[in-house]
Amino acid sequence: MLTFAGRARKLGDSINTDYIISSSRKRETIDPDVLKQWLLESVDPDFAASVQPDDVLVAGERFGSGSAMEVAVTVVLAAGIRVVLAKSFSRTYYRNALNNGLVPIEIDSTSIAEHARLRIEIDALGIRVDDDTAQLRIDAAPFSPFALKLLQAGGIVPLVARAGDLESVS
Amino acid sequence: MTGLTFSEKVLGAKSGMDARAGDIVVGEPDLILGTDGSTPMAIDYYEAMGGGAVVAPERVLLARDHYAPPTSPATQAFHSRMEEFAAAHSIELLAVGDGISFLVALETGRVASGHLVIGGDSHTVTCGVAGAFATGVGSSDLAAAFKTGKVWLRVPDTTRVDLSGVMATGVTTKDVALELVARLAGVVSPFTALEFVGQGVRELPPEDRIVLCNMVAEMGGMAGVFPTSEWASDDHAAFASTVSVELGEIDPLVALPHDPGNRVPIGDALGREVDWVFLGTCAGGRADDFREALRVLRAAGGIANGVTVAAAPPTAAVRAVLVEDGTLAGLEAAGVLIAETGCGPCCGTSGPLPPPGARVISTANRNFRARMGEPSIEIMLGSPATCAAAAAAGYVVDPREVA
Repeated sequence: MLTFAGRARKLGDSINTDYIISSSRKRETIDPDVLKQWLLESVDPDFAASVQPDDVLVAGERFGSGSAMEVAVTVVLAAGIRVVLAKSFSRTYYRNALNNGLVPIEIDSTSIAEHARLRIEIDALGIRVDDDTAQLRIDAAPFSPFALKLLQAGGIVPLVARAGDLESVS
Repeated sequence: MTGLTFSEKVLGAKSGMDARAGDIVVGEPDLILGTDGSTPMAIDYYEAMGGGAVVAPERVLLARDHYAPPTSPATQAFHSRMEEFAAAHSIELLAVGDGISFLVALETGRVASGHLVIGGDSHTVTCGVAGAFATGVGSSDLAAAFKTGKVWLRVPDTTRVDLSGVMATGVTTKDVALELVARLAGVVSPFTALEFVGQGVRELPPEDRIVLCNMVAEMGGMAGVFPTSEWASDDHAAFASTVSVELGEIDPLVALPHDPGNRVPIGDALGREVDWVFLGTCAGGRADDFREALRVLRAAGGIANGVTVAAAPPTAAVRAVLVEDGTLAGLEAAGVLIAETGCGPCCGTSGPLPPPGARVISTANRNFRARMGEPSIEIMLGSPATCAAAAAAGYVVDPREVA
């Protein structure tokens, strides 16, 4: 089982990868530890400074649409965020998240408020999110076996480094 | 037993598995495309995976297209890193000025019907025009593909886009693409492949198909294809949905800031101020697009005072055609800034770039805030004719009224 606990950071719909980290910032470096100071600056210039480790991004529809740039995932991880809850994700952001060990959870995030205390439990059977502030429980569909294998390995790098190959899960 | 879709057939063949929508398969791509935006990070991932030999270097093509030319020591270092990697592993690396990765792949005949193509550029989907299953992946996927020759993919469901009718005079395929973005993005599942079918496909000029495949990325498709008969979906395959589009009902369109799906009929955008215009990109950078822009610009009396126009041919082959037929010289004589071949200013990575606060109209496929650098820039999207007409007026006008 994978478990996480943290504080909700509420975002709106259509947060695309250019908003997560601007292409023009990426011109100078692709080091996520440097880029994290500009995380979500187009949405809120003060956002990056306000992030605490284990914060959980809570977004609306189409999180991570736009370009396939992977720094849009690694910059989130570099800021100390391990989980993103969203009503829906773009396909490329979803796969980049899985490949890097950032947990993308598709869930109805409507009821979750800014700074709500969240606990998240993930296993092969399903995903459970407890909002301790609102005292609500929200369930989400389980990850596919291959996706869970990626997340348990910590992403595609440790998976390939260990096995030397990519194999599907039957 | 239901039949198979195009995606199920191709991904089944490449993975050796019974691939059905929703399954995750591991398959062997025929072509692995990297750009200078995605490859430097892929090399980091590759080294973290333990490095070693690239399994199938002949299936890899790397391009220096986003930072063309590099404008800083950092971007120059990205290119140096790619040079070292390509040389060490006998991988073909395109030079600055050769053009955009997937367009060069198409031009040089490296993409065929039934192929599986992955690329670090989200517009790799453009290769669906040749009947391939082509999709954008991340740098870590490129690294895994370098190291194992394989990629994991979720088999998409299939949305049929049934085109009927004929485009009205003065309407372009770019307008159709913007309409489809508005109709499909956020509606179809992110794990869907778009298949362009119907009587309207025959009415569409064959050379225009690429415009629809390119903007599959904005339509929200994992891939998009004009399938060839060999790989076409079976009639009794399981389709997620069918979207019907009557081409004759589409007007020239403009996508307003800051979303490509935010399209309005040209009549609702008239008079919107424009002081910076970009012609080019993988969406609006065919030779005919530049010819059309020049024709409209000349017919309308040239660039308006206070308007900057930049043009970037997307590949060396397109540039050569435009040099040969005088289009590039014509644009330059009209006062258009001719940029280096490649992605140009579209994603804010290489100049000339619009200044803060600019009101831009562009032939590109994306107009997100900060896309071209500064968040204060407002970007509209339109066809080459619409962009050229706005360049001549200094505000949006109906291109059909400019002879």
